[in-house]
Amino acid sequence: MPPPPPPPPPVRRWQQFPGRNRFFCDGRIMMARKMGIFYFTVTLIVGTTTLFFVFDCQFLAERITPVIPVVGGVLFVFVMSALLRTSFSDPGVIPRATADEAADIERQIVPSNASNSPTYRPPPRTKEVMVRGQPVKLKYCFTCKIFRPPRASHCSICDNCVDRFDHHCPWVGNCVGKRNYRYFYMFIVSLAFLCVFILACVVTHLILLTKDDRQFLDAVKESPASVIEAVICFFSIWSILGLSGFHTYLVSSNQTTNEDIKGSFTGKRSEEAFNPYGQGNVISNCLDVLCGPTYPSLIDRRGLVPVATPEADPAPEQRRPGAATAAADPRSGRSYGAVHSAQTKPTVPTSQNGHTSVSGRSAAASGQPGHRRAAAAAVAIERPQLLRPPPGGGGGAAMDTADLDLDSLDGSETLSHESRGQTTDSEARSNVALIRLAHSAV
Amino acid sequence: MASKSSKPAGGAEQTEHLSNCLKVFIQRDYSEGTAVRFQSTMPPELEGRIEPAMFDNTLATINEIFMEAEELNCATYCEGCLACLTAYCIYTCMDPHYDKCVKKCSRYIVEQNERYWLPRGLLITDPIERGLRVIEVSVLNEPAPQR
Repeated sequence: MPPPPPPPPPVRRWQQFPGRNRFFCDGRIMMARKMGIFYFTVTLIVGTTTLFFVFDCQFLAERITPVIPVVGGVLFVFVMSALLRTSFSDPGVIPRATADEAADIERQIVPSNASNSPTYRPPPRTKEVMVRGQPVKLKYCFTCKIFRPPRASHCSICDNCVDRFDHHCPWVGNCVGKRNYRYFYMFIVSLAFLCVFILACVVTHLILLTKDDRQFLDAVKESPASVIEAVICFFSIWSILGLSGFHTYLVSSNQTTNEDIKGSFTGKRSEEAFNPYGQGNVISNCLDVLCGPTYPSLIDRRGLVPVATPEADPAPEQRRPGAATAAADPRSGRSYGAVHSAQTKPTVPTSQNGHTSVSGRSAAASGQPGHRRAAAAAVAIERPQLLRPPPGGGGGAAMDTADLDLDSLDGSETLSHESRGQTTDSEARSNVALIRLAHSAV
Repeated sequence: MASKSSKPAGGAEQTEHLSNCLKVFIQRDYSEGTAVRFQSTMPPELEGRIEPAMFDNTLATINEIFMEAEELNCATYCEGCLACLTAYCIYTCMDPHYDKCVKKCSRYIVEQNERYWLPRGLLITDPIERGLRVIEVSVLNEPAPQR
């Protein structure tokens, strides 16, 4: 009798993540797809600091104080730690809705018999809620199939909705959002200090070299690296100091770059609009943004995708008592994350000790792409009206324009059109089905 | 489609297929800010299936746990400052306060499901499973509406 085939290798959720991200170290590290500028940032910082340590530190330690290389070292470690933390962490991605959730939202917002009415209007794409007495519009995200929470925005580069979205920073190779904003702020502030410190040190070095009645050119010949460092620091310092100042202002007023650019709480609307997210004073705002609670990642990167058979017993990690589901990550002890267009055929196994594991995780992502496509298409075919193009929109761009807020364009939403062209295969097929149905329904 | 039979929780092995049962979603309540909080009004689909007091109690406790998680107090600030001073390496040794609260919520939901909800044919999904967007309540004996 032939031996049974070996079980398929376990698939982790990051391998089926619908956004445009790159993962490293088996899902522990998450970055944007394009990382060229990030490599440049790291090279510039490491290179300049290395030159500093090799060519300047010894001289300055002898002539002035040995504290200089120590301070430089501490600043460098802090800068790199903050940079890598910003770049590698989940910025606060909001997982996409499950098929059930998306269908439920559609049922709520699509009026009945709408297509038969002569005065049919497309379903509203915004929902207004009151946040501490301030009306806030929640926008519907056609990619993620959710009404975005306040302050969240969809990053078109990464194709994810990010909570408390600040901006997408190519220098760090990641979005800056709720979970990594403090690291980003620490990075730019400490980089400003490092820049100023190195510039001051190299200028001191050159001055000391010329002090002994020597020509400046002789000093340059003796320590050419100092000049290189001075040039790099001089040209970087303006933008870094400016950015630090700008973000200090944002932190003190508890705003995001997105909100500031749109002028949500300042400018002409300041008579009616106030910032409902602020704590009331500068100190509290700073503490809230920089020292507030550390939020967990809402997307499960390292959890195992369950095998998509109804009778299959999920991975043993799921049976941990008290854990809704369990991930391979021992720290989180759970897995979660609804993956967009996933087939919801979960199971609710009862663990051996009698606790019932919540089925949510197994609902999230089927391991079978074909299964998912069929499910997505089946769900999609039933819901043509949700993606009915607004008047004036056309064809395949319907869903793209639907996500554009023409009243207040920001960079992320403007580029949502491009993001559509790179949806996953399953999304593309369901989208095509929807467009055909939408047109046939007209 | 798969069967929807359910047995009361409490030690018996059971497997449920939830894809074809009614799901009720309790949305987030943003009236007090962006802190995690769920609407405590009982959805009409659950009327008659569970006692309002029980529903209120469960929701209130979940909201309380997340309020504790998001609370801005001295302990939170100290944890944040300490993490900053250690270049955030301290989180390799200990769970952040928020993660502990999320685990507490998960344990609470499992207990509530076992004791009160599953005997009434309902199942709460941990909101962390849904990205803290909704609390999904599955009505196990009710088929999903036709789409």
